[in-house]
Amino acid sequence: MSGKSDKMGTSEKEFLAQAYTPSPTVPERPGSFGQLRKAPESFLEKSTIEAVSQSGVDENRRRLLRTSFTTALAGMLGAGLSARAAAAEGDPDILTLPPWSKSLGNAVATNPYGQPSKYEANIVRRQSPGLTQTAQASVSFSPLQGMFGMITASGLHFERHHQGWVDVDPRRHRLMINGLVSKPMVFTMDDLMRLPSVSRIHFIECGANTGMEWGNAAVPTVQYTHGMLSCSEFTGVPLSLLLEHAGYDKARGKYVLAEGADGSSMTRTIDIERALDDVIVAYGMNGEMLRPENGYPLRLVVPGVQGVSSVKWLRRLEVGDKPYATKDEAIHYVDLMPDGQSRQYTSIQEAKSVITSPSGGQRLMTKGYYNVTGLAWSGRGTVKRVDVSFDGGRNWYTANLEGAVLPKALTRFNIGWVWDGKPAILQSRVVDSTGYVQPLKRQLKEVRGTRSVYHNNAIQSWRVMESGEVENVQIA
Amino acid sequence: MFKLPDGFTRHVGVLLMMAVLSACGQGGDEKAEAAAVTPPVASPWQSGYEDIGRTAKPAEVAAWDIDVRPDFTGLPAGSGSVEQGEEIWLARCAACHGDFGDSNKFFSPLALGNVTPQDIESGHVAALNDPTRVRTTLMKVATVSTLWDYIDRAMPWNAPKSLSTDDVYSLVAYLLSLDYIVDEDFVLSNENIAEVQARLPNRNGMTQDHGLWKIDGEPDVHNTACMTDCESSVEVASSIPSFARNAHGNLRDQMRSFGPFQGVNTSEEQGEKMMLASEDKAPAAPKAGLAASAPMDLLTSNGCLGCHQVDNKLVGPAFTAVAKKYADREDAVAYLSQKIRQGGSGVWGGATMPPMAQLSEGKADEIASWLAQ
Ligand code: HEC
Ligand code: HEC
Repeated sequence: MSGKSDKMGTSEKEFLAQAYTPSPTVPERPGSFGQLRKAPESFLEKSTIEAVSQSGVDENRRRLLRTSFTTALAGMLGAGLSARAAAAEGDPDILTLPPWSKSLGNAVATNPYGQPSKYEANIVRRQSPGLTQTAQASVSFSPLQGMFGMITASGLHFERHHQGWVDVDPRRHRLMINGLVSKPMVFTMDDLMRLPSVSRIHFIECGANTGMEWGNAAVPTVQYTHGMLSCSEFTGVPLSLLLEHAGYDKARGKYVLAEGADGSSMTRTIDIERALDDVIVAYGMNGEMLRPENGYPLRLVVPGVQGVSSVKWLRRLEVGDKPYATKDEAIHYVDLMPDGQSRQYTSIQEAKSVITSPSGGQRLMTKGYYNVTGLAWSGRGTVKRVDVSFDGGRNWYTANLEGAVLPKALTRFNIGWVWDGKPAILQSRVVDSTGYVQPLKRQLKEVRGTRSVYHNNAIQSWRVMESGEVENVQIA
Repeated sequence: MFKLPDGFTRHVGVLLMMAVLSACGQGGDEKAEAAAVTPPVASPWQSGYEDIGRTAKPAEVAAWDIDVRPDFTGLPAGSGSVEQGEEIWLARCAACHGDFGDSNKFFSPLALGNVTPQDIESGHVAALNDPTRVRTTLMKVATVSTLWDYIDRAMPWNAPKSLSTDDVYSLVAYLLSLDYIVDEDFVLSNENIAEVQARLPNRNGMTQDHGLWKIDGEPDVHNTACMTDCESSVEVASSIPSFARNAHGNLRDQMRSFGPFQGVNTSEEQGEKMMLASEDKAPAAPKAGLAASAPMDLLTSNGCLGCHQVDNKLVGPAFTAVAKKYADREDAVAYLSQKIRQGGSGVWGGATMPPMAQLSEGKADEIASWLAQ
């Protein structure tokens, strides 16, 4: 640790340097709140650093500095001289009590529906610029880089709409079951919510997730590379129960068509074996009703299958004896192979994993210990094991599985790592309960060629540079 | 008080046992899996829900069962000509898809007139795998029922389910004529649609022979879980070029502002100016004038923003330009309201605004008053 830290300077310039030198009383631990750390370059714009070293801090720049430093400094500059004195004795955030310790807090139900802290404003869904021509036939990506555990907060669940989202009046919503059934039926929400229910945690991943990365590294952060992925607890009626209830034709019924109530009336064909297995006609999501963007008041959840099959605003289920070749299974969501044929009805999301922290666009603050974490999942079963490499796939270490390990659900993994300050390439690789090992991109390309974009479950690489900056790269 | 049915206690006992078992089931994922799919415990009334839900009436099924399958099950009888199709297309589709389905303003081109006679002959579109070529809808689609079904259920995008059966036949006919799959004088009907299917350029272009449909399907790739000395050399083949670092906005603002992994400032070269600009954000950002009072709900839910923006020209004129043009017109509200509901062309150029008949007069007036304020 630097011995300069206890030196009291008189100029503002020295003050700045001093404020960012680790205090001798606080051990240097990355990620610790009480740490007084060296200013990462990224906090200060270059021109400001130069201007400050030339002329010290005038009032105008002090304002500027305050905003750029809010996170690292938390009021030290504002507190002026006393803070300066305090820094020598210890952490000013300990020595000078913050306002929230010295005031009355807000009333209960100030926000009748609770909101995240204002300091979390960066962790939101985002569109990828230029990906789609319109904002209604588009995607917003989940901020995986800022999430923990296996559950996606409902407000952060990724969105994929084809004709905008709608807020359906639940009292006017109906579910119809027709086709090869002994009795075509209609259910209201009241009916459905009276029926026996299940609650299960499942991921939903768009078949096009990581599709932008098929050719080469194209987008900067895990939000855009992998963010068409979310995981929630869904509550609803098992589809098998409803199919039995309507008396589906067990001899001839081979497929179920699901249809939405929105403008696009999205339709998708579901295999009867899937339909009778673990598919849920869901109204609940993470303990509350579905969000409108996620299909309020009723959606299908087809675990392990690409998200487009989990039809939102579900209004109709039809049992049939042949697949339907709807727009999103005959023009899109087909995988073009090197021989010019397109694979139709590619559904299963095979085992995949990604490190979310650290990931592209982030920066490691110092050398030393980091808890590296990420997500693993498989549409064919459970996560058996996750291995992590720090040298681009030469050597691998088995990670801890953190929290519950459930079928067709996200599984959080973590592994301790000490960064020595040298370039490194981080990767994760999942093995699922069928023994399937997450593939390398080059292995996928050998079979699927260069034009396929869906179902890219290749191992993701993040390069850590000497500066600590992490970037999205692909390995040959 | 009601009598507890026989077996009640037994069921409670089973429930408790299950709870204990699943509480123990942490750790090994086999056990966790078992806990997650615990078979339901039946109550004495468990299957007493027969009377929930009701039989659907034939008219109700007819109203919603609109899907059309590749074998044309579900296709209603009707017909429409290429010529009629062109007329409807220009009025209701061209604004977004272009007069010849070739626009990529709203979506990828539907047709580029580039399907070859050989494609039609073989049923395989040769250019699909040519990376220099745009893959259009008509190059990809293998089943004509798909076009019929989709246009009927979802188009026009801003007013889905507003076309008649014959409209849909004529629009499919017009679309197919753009790639010379049918002739200019063709009349498509339920009688001859199978013949058209037999000419569809990519009709033989699909395969269902793969392992991604069934849960126990065969994977494409079998990687091995090698642990040491797995790669002899590690070579970075691609990364984000430095000019594109900021293409998704400043990454610093997309990460949590504390914790071990904070965001890289990707707009460093913009330096101090950026910072000062963001400090002054409050007065700089507010929407001025027209934008501030925009009836966004109406504009969004009626698909207006598909073709219009407040400040910029898109397919239709910018709303600010409209407001300016009619600022001095006495009957501006009445004129604009009527124009919105009836659509039209010629005032701002050749493009046509489709009729917005789904809007009530009241709602159209509301938008018109906003524009005429
Ligand atoms: C307001 C703009 C707009 C109008 C008007 C419009 N469309 Fe579309 N159309 C779209 C968009 C956007 C999509 C893509 C939707 C999606 O992503 O699911 C689309 C998709 C389509 C497709 C499927 C293309 C594919 O490859 O998936 C067809 C066919 C189509 N439109 C036909 C029509 C016809 C016929 C009309 C007129 C009756 C029409 N459209 C009017 C915007 C429009
Ligand atoms: C499919 C594209 C499209 C959609 C959707 C659309 N417009 Fe238009 N709009 C146009 C075009 C093109 C014009 C120019 C017409 C002309 O030149 O006469 C136009 C013109 C207008 C004008 C100016 C009329 C004039 O005579 O100067 C108004 C006002 C307007 N639109 C409002 C709306 C509103 C409100 C909606 C939604 C309810 C809407 N538009 C939806 C394409 C569209």
